[in-house]
Amino acid sequence: MPRRIHLPLKTEAASPLKAGDEVLLNGYVYTARDQAHVRFVKAICGKKTPAMIKGQTIYYAGPTPASPGRAIGSCGPTTSSRMDPFTPRLLKAGLKGMIGKGSRSRDVKLAIKKYKAVYFITIAGAGAYLSKRITESKPVLYKDLGAEAVYRLKLKDFPAIVGIDSKGKEI
Amino acid sequence: MRKISAKEISSAVSALSMDANFTLRKDILEALKKAYSSERPGKAKKVLGILVENAAIAKCSKTAICQDTGMAEVFIDIGQQAAVTGGGLAEAVNEGIRRGYGKGYLRKSVVSDPLLRKNTGDNSPAVIHTRIVPGGRIKITVMPKGFGSENKTLIKMFNPTQGAGDIERFIVEAVRKAGADACPPYIIGVGIGGTIDKACILAKEALLRPLGRRNAKTHIARLERESKKRVNALKIGPMGFGGKATCLGVNIEEYPTHIAGLPVCVSISCHATRSATKTI
Repeated sequence: MPRRIHLPLKTEAASPLKAGDEVLLNGYVYTARDQAHVRFVKAICGKKTPAMIKGQTIYYAGPTPASPGRAIGSCGPTTSSRMDPFTPRLLKAGLKGMIGKGSRSRDVKLAIKKYKAVYFITIAGAGAYLSKRITESKPVLYKDLGAEAVYRLKLKDFPAIVGIDSKGKEI
Repeated sequence: MRKISAKEISSAVSALSMDANFTLRKDILEALKKAYSSERPGKAKKVLGILVENAAIAKCSKTAICQDTGMAEVFIDIGQQAAVTGGGLAEAVNEGIRRGYGKGYLRKSVVSDPLLRKNTGDNSPAVIHTRIVPGGRIKITVMPKGFGSENKTLIKMFNPTQGAGDIERFIVEAVRKAGADACPPYIIGVGIGGTIDKACILAKEALLRPLGRRNAKTHIARLERESKKRVNALKIGPMGFGGKATCLGVNIEEYPTHIAGLPVCVSISCHATRSATKTI
């Protein structure tokens, strides 16, 4: 049976997780993809770290718009490795969790271990299925980016697998 | 001369962009179901089951199969006896894309300039490929191409003395490099011959051919079968969980080429390879 994990991720909840563990994520996450990462790093360098980094979890995703009566449209993960050049900087700034698809660079793995974070992978290309496990969505930052804006999402039993655990071990 | 109004083309493109994004192609759904049945119990099988369920949810609730509803590639065969009236063809297609992506709540993923990167806000423009064919009809295919897989495309100019074995290794190499990033099980489209731009378009056309229908040329059909076997021997599998299904099929299209060259394009496409066609 997959373990229920509450977000934001606490260190005591993160440390027992092992690569390959199936989990159900519950709580708030923030979406961020390529351009948001560029802006995050600029903000961090300018000593203005956005609130959605420290202790939080980022979901690499850009959802389709919600049709009337729905919380969100299709919302699966995008390729995580495109965010690799920015991730160590975000982890240093306190990022605790990431959700995406695919493998990560060596530098990211080392930084995950150093800052005791967790990288989750979720079902790639099953955006309609995953949309049923998101109960709230709201654009909160960089709205000018359209599909690439930062959304705050509330996850309910959102299925994922530990891709890289806090010891830096990969699935 | 048979007249076809620009309006009718816009309506068709609008409907096709929604249809392609909501309803998984029958051949691909069947292949996913088959992959599910033949997989051993475990994580890979579980993911295949979810992908089949995802397709059902998408169709029934008119939610996009995948949030990456793509940059729209539109293939148009224009009968030489047909005339488009009441507006330009490209503008009619782009109007259809704007309308379909708006009405269908599909993601607007197109930026107006590759370096300045400002979102156009309506997913236009499409990438349009036209062909003049005999007859008086217009056949339109909309293929929303996701970029998780588009980013994994490989092209290579082989020496003309190289052959099927080298191309087969190149196909396997492309998939190995893509790993689990581009949403396996993949559909692999390969274009061989022509010039490099022709090879790229052939690779995309190959993605449009239903899975299970082999190239009419025996030696190309053999290359399709052998490549599929070798790609599946990589055992990347759904989400990288291994198993039998790294690809659902390899489709190859070829074209005459120059004595000095052998252009090849390998286009990787995800398990949500989408397209829809209408003939007016």
